[in-house]
Amino acid sequence: MFYEVIDTGESRSFPGPHALLEKAEKAGEAVVIIGGSVGKALQTLDGAERRTAILIELGTENLGAHTGEARGAESSNVLGFARFRLGTAPPTALVELVREPHTSGAALAAAKEIFEAAGLQVAICGDFDGRILDRLVRPYYNAALRRLDEGLASAEDLDTTLRLGLGYPEGPISLLTRTGLEHHYDVTRALYEALGDPAYAPARRARVAKQRSKT
Amino acid sequence: MSIKTVGVVGSGTMGAGIAIVAARAGFRTIVYDSHADALERARGQTEGFFAKSVERGKLTQAEVAAIMGGLSATTDIAGLAACDIVIEAVFEDLAVKHAVCAELDRVCPPHTIFASNTSTLSITEIAAGSGRDDRFVGMHFCLPAQLMKLVEMSPGLRTSEDTFQSAWGFCKAMGQIPVKTKDNPGFILNYFLVPFNNDAIRLVEAGVADPADIDRAVKTGLGYPMGPLELLDLVGLDTHLLVAEALYAATHEARAAPPPLVKRMIAAGQLGRKTAQGFYTHRKNAMFGG
Repeated sequence: MFYEVIDTGESRSFPGPHALLEKAEKAGEAVVIIGGSVGKALQTLDGAERRTAILIELGTENLGAHTGEARGAESSNVLGFARFRLGTAPPTALVELVREPHTSGAALAAAKEIFEAAGLQVAICGDFDGRILDRLVRPYYNAALRRLDEGLASAEDLDTTLRLGLGYPEGPISLLTRTGLEHHYDVTRALYEALGDPAYAPARRARVAKQRSKT
Repeated sequence: MSIKTVGVVGSGTMGAGIAIVAARAGFRTIVYDSHADALERARGQTEGFFAKSVERGKLTQAEVAAIMGGLSATTDIAGLAACDIVIEAVFEDLAVKHAVCAELDRVCPPHTIFASNTSTLSITEIAAGSGRDDRFVGMHFCLPAQLMKLVEMSPGLRTSEDTFQSAWGFCKAMGQIPVKTKDNPGFILNYFLVPFNNDAIRLVEAGVADPADIDRAVKTGLGYPMGPLELLDLVGLDTHLLVAEALYAATHEARAAPPPLVKRMIAAGQLGRKTAQGFYTHRKNAMFGG
């Protein structure tokens, strides 16, 4: 699959050199748009309707914000994507690939081929706030922070229990501390605004970290 | 207090696993179950487990013979009278546990510590029906107990410091890794795991992604060894429902409540590995490790 990359500036998914960027051609039947201004690049893309797939990097916004929405019948050749990363940690090998209800099989297959050829793993999801992992893991992180406040166990015992009991590579307190509690605040605040579910309301420790990051 | 003889009440998956841990560490271990066939089945599983341990070079035949020589079973609860500590691993029902503890209190000497392997019930509440709430402690082993090192240890409100320290030392003497938690519903593991798994089920319900994509995301993005839906299939949705209902009843936290899809799948006979169909299609069921 030949594809070109349009770089619109600072990208959270591809902040540095990567096989996906190196394999890109000057032109291709597919386009990968990365960076912070993907919407503008999408609007001005030549021959967009003729492309097999147009892959645009997402932040916390929905894919529909770029493609428009059509009563559950969305079916463009545009897919969203984001490599999952926590705060200041580097991006993981996971690409959350956001499809529309009627995205074509050809566009999906092209997207998977491009990412997997670059050594990435693809998980396909619908156009939901938080996609898969932020939607799933943020309430758990909030609960861990809250329970630490309430003295359920020490930070070390909480982390040890979840590492040894469930085989997690790192406990939640250590992980959030290492990758930046203020980033957890940013993500949870956006999800809380979108979903209105108290489980996503930023935990006190994340709020404090955000306050401190401003001073 | 010196612990030499260990009693285990219940010979289901957890009871059998805990007995393996205690016997393997050199403690004289007596397993009680009122059902002889359950004891027979556990004995067979235990022998199979140790046979695999020998095959894998973890134990010698002589060591296994010594371990099995120190492991006995009884259908008479009075057979636990010589135990220094008794760990109950019976059904997660407060009335059932109270009945067992009351019987134990009748047959065991005053120095015997009672421990509960409960994963969701309150240690203080179980201890209240034991006749010895000061000598009662929570010892929650992880599944499969014979392989997992972690034990969540919780004092009840009236547990004496001596009792907790004795049980803590015993846990370490078994080669396990204890962590201390408050007597809180679900302690640490289930308090976090059950809602997390419920949330994963809700993603499937809402059509956010398919089970395989959710599990792939969790394994690749978070580095977890298993995805939540794979894990639920392993645990069994019927078991998950019981634990989630117990946790929800104790906490009234929305994320602990089992999503409707759980009951629908159970009604359809899709319990996970044990019925060969859950979030995935499976081929067989077997005991882990060796």
